[in-house]
Amino acid sequence: MTAQINKTGAGAGLVLENIEIFHGSAPLLCLDAEILPGQVLTLMGPSGSGKSTLVSAISGFLPRAFTCKGRILLGGNDITILPPDQRRVGVLFQDTLLFPHFSVLENVLYALPPGGSMQERRREALALLAAVSLRNLAQRDPDTLSGGQKARVALVRVLASRPRALLLDEPFSKLDADLRAAVRQLVFAEVARRALPTLLVTHDRSDADAAGGPILVLDS
Amino acid sequence: MLRLIPLAVVLLLLAPIAAGTASILLAALGWAPEFDAKTIGLDMFAAVFKAPGIWHSVWLSYWVGLIAAAVSLGIVILFIAAFIDTRGFRLISAAIKPVLAVPHAAAAFGLLFLIAPSGFLVRLVSPDLTGFVRPPDWLIVNDPGGYAMLGGLVIKEIPFLFFVTMAALPQTEARRAEIAGALGYGRVWGWLISVFPAIYKQIRLPVFAVIAFATSTIDVALVLGPVNPPPLAVRVLQWMNDPDVNLRLTAAAGALVQLGVTLATLASWFALENLVTLIARMAAMRGWRGKKDHITALLAGASITLSVGLVLAGIALLFIWSFTGMWRFPHLLPDSWTTASWSAQGANIFETGSRAFVIALAAASLSLVLVLASLENEYRGDIKISDLTWWMIYIPLLVPQIAFIGGLSFLFLRLGLDGTLWAVVLVHMVFVYPYVYLTLADPWNAFDTRILAVARTLGKNVNNVFWTIRLPMLLRPVLAAFALGFAVSIAQYLPTLLIGAGRQPTITTEALALAAGGNRRLIGIYALIQTLMPFVIFALASLIPRFVWRERRALQAGGRG
Amino acid sequence: MTRFSRAVAKATGAFSALATILGLLASMIGTAGAPVLANEPVPADWEAVLSEARGQEVFWYAWGGAENINAYIAWVGERVKEDYGVTLTHVKVSETANVVARVLAEKAAGRDEGGAVDLVWVNGENFASLKREGLLLPEPWSTDLPNYALADFENKPVLTSDFTEPVDGLESPWGTAQLTFYYDSRYFSEGENSAPPTNLEALERWIKQNPGRFTYAAPPNFIGTTFLKQVLYGLVEDRAVLAEPADRETFERITAPLWEWLDKIHPDLWRSGRVFAADTTHLKTLLSDSEIDIGMTFNPGEASSAINEGIFPDSVRSFVMDYGSIGNAHFVAIPFNANAKAAAMVVANFLLSPEAQARKADENVWGDPTVLAYDKLSAEQKALFDALSKGPATLGAAELGATLNEPDAFWTDALAAEWSARYASGS
Repeated sequence: MTAQINKTGAGAGLVLENIEIFHGSAPLLCLDAEILPGQVLTLMGPSGSGKSTLVSAISGFLPRAFTCKGRILLGGNDITILPPDQRRVGVLFQDTLLFPHFSVLENVLYALPPGGSMQERRREALALLAAVSLRNLAQRDPDTLSGGQKARVALVRVLASRPRALLLDEPFSKLDADLRAAVRQLVFAEVARRALPTLLVTHDRSDADAAGGPILVLDS
Repeated sequence: MLRLIPLAVVLLLLAPIAAGTASILLAALGWAPEFDAKTIGLDMFAAVFKAPGIWHSVWLSYWVGLIAAAVSLGIVILFIAAFIDTRGFRLISAAIKPVLAVPHAAAAFGLLFLIAPSGFLVRLVSPDLTGFVRPPDWLIVNDPGGYAMLGGLVIKEIPFLFFVTMAALPQTEARRAEIAGALGYGRVWGWLISVFPAIYKQIRLPVFAVIAFATSTIDVALVLGPVNPPPLAVRVLQWMNDPDVNLRLTAAAGALVQLGVTLATLASWFALENLVTLIARMAAMRGWRGKKDHITALLAGASITLSVGLVLAGIALLFIWSFTGMWRFPHLLPDSWTTASWSAQGANIFETGSRAFVIALAAASLSLVLVLASLENEYRGDIKISDLTWWMIYIPLLVPQIAFIGGLSFLFLRLGLDGTLWAVVLVHMVFVYPYVYLTLADPWNAFDTRILAVARTLGKNVNNVFWTIRLPMLLRPVLAAFALGFAVSIAQYLPTLLIGAGRQPTITTEALALAAGGNRRLIGIYALIQTLMPFVIFALASLIPRFVWRERRALQAGGRG
Repeated sequence: MTRFSRAVAKATGAFSALATILGLLASMIGTAGAPVLANEPVPADWEAVLSEARGQEVFWYAWGGAENINAYIAWVGERVKEDYGVTLTHVKVSETANVVARVLAEKAAGRDEGGAVDLVWVNGENFASLKREGLLLPEPWSTDLPNYALADFENKPVLTSDFTEPVDGLESPWGTAQLTFYYDSRYFSEGENSAPPTNLEALERWIKQNPGRFTYAAPPNFIGTTFLKQVLYGLVEDRAVLAEPADRETFERITAPLWEWLDKIHPDLWRSGRVFAADTTHLKTLLSDSEIDIGMTFNPGEASSAINEGIFPDSVRSFVMDYGSIGNAHFVAIPFNANAKAAAMVVANFLLSPEAQARKADENVWGDPTVLAYDKLSAEQKALFDALSKGPATLGAAELGATLNEPDAFWTDALAAEWSARYASGS
């Protein structure tokens, strides 16, 4: 399946250059796209269309059964062969995947890039939590939080790592309808504020609409 | 570094076994230049089969091994089938846990103190019911048929098989039993035909390990087994320790015969597997519903309760005997109590106990490091280990110890390595590594690696993620695997004895050195300490994660972590 | 002897390649330190022995099946540490034959220095094996120990001839022993049972009248083979034949009455003769549990000692066979490749000291008869022995009766092998 989107060629965002993903020798997905800073590119398609595999490829976790051709550029740098921890691509999954052995605050502190005194780091982490109204939950066990609270911690955590692009792999699909809109709004607001090139993978039309960016539809 | 781990593990596990078995094979064929024997031939095997009563020894090893595995597996699966998800089941599960930590030798001693004619059970009903004022002259322990030894093996294999079965259970579709129930099958029969086949596939290797152990046990045989003649493995040990040089070559041939007996027992087991499958399939195809399973359930429940009860009561008796002064038959309780044995043994307990502790700590820690490295290597390389690898990991548990430890001890002797602490640790690791690996592999592989991916995208490298995320989150299974490895090391008798050259006495070799004389006060002390050490480690392994993660709900026992 | 040296020379067997690799590994780990070659210590120069011994560690391989003996050995360890700076480690063994096998294996493996065994508690056929295979310190040493002068070697032939094998100064005497039976007198109060059976006919009769109340240890355990020899002495006409090895035909002829006698009593033994005791400690346990009424030991003081320990009721008494009892001595020996020869000699010498011997003879400690000659002792040393009391179950010197010499070591091995073939084959 091939999808194409106009490219500016400026290279400030996330560039997916002639990406071709194969499962074994069977082609799964072709894509050539550029996502501008602050822009959300939505990728829609049924399960099995290779959406999540693309997310794995960009974040650096392509399973062995798959191969990926083409180049991935972020802010003008080729990150195609960089290990995941050097790509600076943040990911939000369907499950929040908070670290269960850390407190809420520790989850955020863990994500903050190294540097600064412990006091400064705490101040920064708490400020990030405060921005999503979670400051008073900083010492809590993440397992005791509600679904919406967990989603917000996950967002804060990924932002704390100062990513230069964001991948959203159906991050809202497990939330209740009312909560879903609120969290979605929060995420997109941060994407815009931080001018993050963002790829949203979803099978839900309302997510795509709320993202407000270009939409690519894959068929299986 | 990490990529060399599989090679290191193969060397660790297989090199000693291969070298030991090879040296035994050559000696058995008559090639042992050290003893000036250089004629290849089958004379040594002829010597083995000329030994008086040898066929009885062989038969003992064979049938005790086969029946011990069949009976303990039967009790375990029937009990699980009949009682899973009941209150009684949870009760037994809780009671059986400490039994897993009890070394074979200690369990055997406890059973001895219970069932001997002068033992607690006869005292319990004497003289009121029996009229016995002196112990009856009954041939209960050391019986030529090996029934006492069989009992000693069964009560120790039940907890082991119970745990491996329970570990396999979550990976099996247990709902199938409900479907079978809805089709009108009895509880036990329904579970057996719908759930058990999938479980059995997973526990097959552990069952083989039980057979291999039971056919070649030395410690249980020394305590409860027949003496005139003893089972084959004990005879091989006797030949091995004989000052007559020629008998050492006979011992080598005997060790290979032992290997053959174990293989023959396994072959019989395969045949038994097929037979049972055939019968079960026929019954199932005829639509037999097995509704009247109350008696089966009752028997299984009673057997497992009895077996757990015997071990726990045996341990209590070890405790009582260790503080006993005089205890005349048929008195139920000691006539006098004393701490004299403890204070007399204090220094020696400390010495042999701390040596056993150091060896077990080293063997379990080093094995754990290797296992973590192996598992992490599998994860990083995205390697799925093959069936062949599984068999290789199991080989140390499938080859009878007597079949290669003797040869190995001679190699170590030539290298000047025997009698050193590190040699003992190294050989313990051959047996500890598989247990640690097999305990940890399932929880390790069941771990949701997406959480590691998240950490990586947050900018953490692969080592950082291992230390800060995976290891702490898996603290509970990691410590549990360590504890099992520790317990396995503490229980090692033959390797400690032969590789340690007697200069590394541990609490276990001491306990068995005392076995023959039957000084119950001393046996009580040593077997008790031998039980307590792994028990304390098991307890710590369960308490430490609970304490460390007391405020982390997802990581509490039974939590989702 | 020669075949072993040849074997060592040719010991380039199938494992040399692997051995080289592992040996490299070993040297990397550093555990295979080469032993320092030293001149063999000579007891004649005792001062040199003492100074060499200081700081050495002695691994003493000794039977570890009896609590009181282990405690005594531990005491020896404390004393030699105090007086001579020697560290003593008791390696507890269940059968001394295993130690012989151990040293033999070391010799076969070419370890001529730094062996595991420094000192071994030994006598009889195990000493004979050690001597025959050249596994002992080659030069006589025990007779030059300072305390050996106090030993009663003039009057006790068992100190110089161990199971007919000349001691030749290759092992140092530690104690003497005489086969002694003990019984619980509570069960011997009536009628013809009022006295314990002191000859074979009486014993046979008593066993038949009291089925299940007698057993002996299964050979090759030493007390088991000793019982066979004791019975054999009671049945042979010409005792001299036992002093030498015999051919198969003679052996069968001489021992035929023994097997006949055993076949008669076995059905009425404890457990119907299908299982036997393991060793002397097991016999003690069985009597203390009232499973049997008569037990046996090599230590005439053992019954009293067990009464003191609270293991036996105080109704236990001792007796011996009226045709004499097998007596022997036990020793300590030093293997040819011992790591701490000087310190091993120091320990052997301490074991012969009046202090150690008197403590050993104390029934509250062990109760094993001394090897020293009372009249060679100083007044002070005599006082140590005078202070000892004799328990109710200990026979006096006169009651112990005549000593029968140990037969040649051949008989021990042959009797044990024949016994196993007849009674341990599971049929």
